[in-house]
Amino acid sequence: MTDMTDPSGAGQVLKVSDLSKSFGALQASKNITLDLRAGEIHALIGPNGAGKSTLIKQISGELRPDSGSVSLLGRPVDDLDRVARARMGLGRTFQISALAMEFTVLQNAVLGALGARGGVFRFLGNVMRDKALVAQAEHALERVGLLSDAKRRTADLSHGQRRQLEVAVALTLQPKLFLMDEPMAGLGAGGSQALTGFLDTLRHEAPILLVEHDMDAVFALADRISVLVYGEVIATGTTEEIRNNAEVQRAYLGEEEPV
Amino acid sequence: MNREKLLNTAVILLLLAIPLWAHMAEEPFLITLATKVAILALAGVGLNIALGIGGLVSLGHAAFFGIGGYAMGILAAHAQNYEPLAEWPMLIEGTNQMPVIWLVAVVASALAALVIGALSLRTSGVYFIMITLAFGQMLYYFAISWTAYGGEDGLSIWVRNEFPGLNTLVPLEFFLICYVILCAALWFAARLARAPFGLALSAARQCEARVETVGITPYQLRLTAFVISGAITGLAGALFADLNRFVSPTMLSWHTSGEIMIFVIIGGVGRLFGPVIGAALFILLEHLLGGISDYWQIYLGGLLLIIVLYARGGVIGAISGREVAHD
Amino acid sequence: MSLILILEQILNGLQFGVMLFLMAAGLTLVFGVMGLINLAHGALYMVGAFAAAIVAAWTGSFVLALVASLAAAAAAGALVELLVIRKLYDRDHLDQVLATFALILIFSEGTRWVFGSFPLFLDVPSYLSGPISLPGGIEYPLYRLTIIAIGLVVAAGLFWLIARTRIGIQIRAGESDREMIAALGVDISKLYTLVFALGAALAGLAGALVGAIQSVQVGMGEPVLILAFVVIVIGGIGSIKGAMVGALLVGLTDTLGGVFLPQLFGLFMEPASATSVGASLASMLIYILMAAILLVRPSGLYGGQH
Repeated sequence: MTDMTDPSGAGQVLKVSDLSKSFGALQASKNITLDLRAGEIHALIGPNGAGKSTLIKQISGELRPDSGSVSLLGRPVDDLDRVARARMGLGRTFQISALAMEFTVLQNAVLGALGARGGVFRFLGNVMRDKALVAQAEHALERVGLLSDAKRRTADLSHGQRRQLEVAVALTLQPKLFLMDEPMAGLGAGGSQALTGFLDTLRHEAPILLVEHDMDAVFALADRISVLVYGEVIATGTTEEIRNNAEVQRAYLGEEEPV
Repeated sequence: MNREKLLNTAVILLLLAIPLWAHMAEEPFLITLATKVAILALAGVGLNIALGIGGLVSLGHAAFFGIGGYAMGILAAHAQNYEPLAEWPMLIEGTNQMPVIWLVAVVASALAALVIGALSLRTSGVYFIMITLAFGQMLYYFAISWTAYGGEDGLSIWVRNEFPGLNTLVPLEFFLICYVILCAALWFAARLARAPFGLALSAARQCEARVETVGITPYQLRLTAFVISGAITGLAGALFADLNRFVSPTMLSWHTSGEIMIFVIIGGVGRLFGPVIGAALFILLEHLLGGISDYWQIYLGGLLLIIVLYARGGVIGAISGREVAHD
Repeated sequence: MSLILILEQILNGLQFGVMLFLMAAGLTLVFGVMGLINLAHGALYMVGAFAAAIVAAWTGSFVLALVASLAAAAAAGALVELLVIRKLYDRDHLDQVLATFALILIFSEGTRWVFGSFPLFLDVPSYLSGPISLPGGIEYPLYRLTIIAIGLVVAAGLFWLIARTRIGIQIRAGESDREMIAALGVDISKLYTLVFALGAALAGLAGALVGAIQSVQVGMGEPVLILAFVVIVIGGIGSIKGAMVGALLVGLTDTLGGVFLPQLFGLFMEPASATSVGASLASMLIYILMAAILLVRPSGLYGGQH
């Protein structure tokens, strides 16, 4: 196993150490160690069923690992649930959209802004007339190119647009790091290119742990790539190193020639 | 104004106009029916906050309705017998003043909702339904075995309680009290739905993961909604008991929970005026069908079945389109 | 308080628990396999009791009455499943609650319409009436003992059915994965009708057996239904074993609490208020038990993660 993690730990926003998780006989995560540093995009790739989503869920706090540890911003978060981790600054997008489907696009974004600001327990006052919240929500929608759809019902959006909205809601949280689970899926070539350009600038606001099947995007964006196969990280390195790694070629990239 | 708002306005004005006309035509029974509609609608407005916005299928709301009723019954019974409720650690007397009774009803039912909600919201889905039902039944059986306050026979009071400056024995004046409270509750429910709390609560119903991901705990939202919901239904219970000058364990039975839920659904769940239209239809059906057959609930069951299987938006949905409006 | 009294009450609790199991087993199966909450289960209990009372009055045979209760409840269950319930599998719980509540109204008022509000009577047959002497000098009603025996035999049969037979395998597969059993070539809609009718038959049998001790009347199923819910919450949804353990816990707690709590309070209170406080508290005991179990295990003793 090629481990390129920074031994000094400087600038580590996320640290995953020795994480393991089994479902019955299936070991979904096997001693996974990886980290995310300030300013970078760290891509997580691997074939379907490699355990990428399981890993994301353990980082976000939806699943408890059997063993191992997760630290956010230098602090162990193993005892915190996903609400607490979100409040610490973890912004997450879902592979299968998790949005309030009856809401308008803007309402979903306002919900994010509300979560970030706090003050949920206000029983009077129209939340959609709260200028600060709406401005923050609209700003996030504008950044992902959804502002013109703000009044549409979320259920009426295409799958690609829902992914964009997922990213926008995460933006309203102004997180310290992003966990993005296949944000490009369903976007089409144009949308995918636009989002790639956007994520490229976003890394300077907060680093991104990016799970993605779109190899063009991954190799265009990633500072580092980790390859997950059968629940195990078989390699971590720069795009160049991963491209030239024989084990990775065999295990994963063999049939899918990278750029 | 869209069709739903037009319909709402018409309904709330009609609910006021009918008793006013009945008062002049000297038809007190009609006023009593309208009062019943207003009170049941109030109970439904309470349930609708948990059920419609929060998606909490509570089959135990009769507990709060009944607690409100017993708050009235117990306080008024002590007042009419001149027996203090407690002498130690301090003297607590009964009362026949509605505002005090309401306050006690709201606080008591809110506390009960806090305890029941705190336990049952640890679960979800079908567990939640069964547990709210079970806790409701617990209070029902407790009331039956609590002979100090009438047990199975319930508790009667001789005279309706008083409200400063009004003569509550005049049907129209008591109706107006209930009507104003209903309007206030509708106003509050409308504000609540649009408030930050309502947005988050509604989001928690639609997608729990989304709410958690933006750093909000659904449990606290739901518990708060459940308490508010229970308190409003409790207030309705106190008024209902005052209307009948009688409270009995029937108010706590799960059939009462089911009926409140039924008319919320018949009207249109999650719609602001769903409970009002539902309660009006429910009372109307009870009296129209009840006049034809003693077994009118068969037809009620049939109607409910048809609405659930084929017309899920309820009456408001059928009239104004299926989508619940958000602005 | 003698040992004999305690043993007698334990047997009473056992008898109550076994009947609760017959109710809860069907409910928990229907939930586990089809994901459906059925409030009308108590109506099927009532159907069984009425069928038994009518057939017993006609033929004078208690055995035929029991057979009739099974058949009538199963038929009513199958009919309801075909006409209504099957439209509800893909609906949310709210729709299921409302539609099955509507069924209660229809069943209850319909029965009241046909049979009136007065209870029917179902007599314990002469060969089962009267007490029997048990070892230790306990005189115990033979009929209640028979109920316990029938309940335990049915329970054993049910465990065997689930654990060992082809249908049982399909039922268990259906609980974990609907698509899988479709892939196995099982006719799902037939299986669902069958499971529902089976649950209904058990409820009907319980109704008939209990109907001979109490009276057969409209609404008789509802208190039992709610206790069966408590049983399921305690035992865990979908678990037959949980239903058995929960039913016995509830049956014993309720029976023993009702008898002994007033006596317990009598130790340090005056008799009149001890009876009243004890009875009030006893009526709440099983719900307190449920709350306590919920605090420790929110998904019940044997529950998965529904």
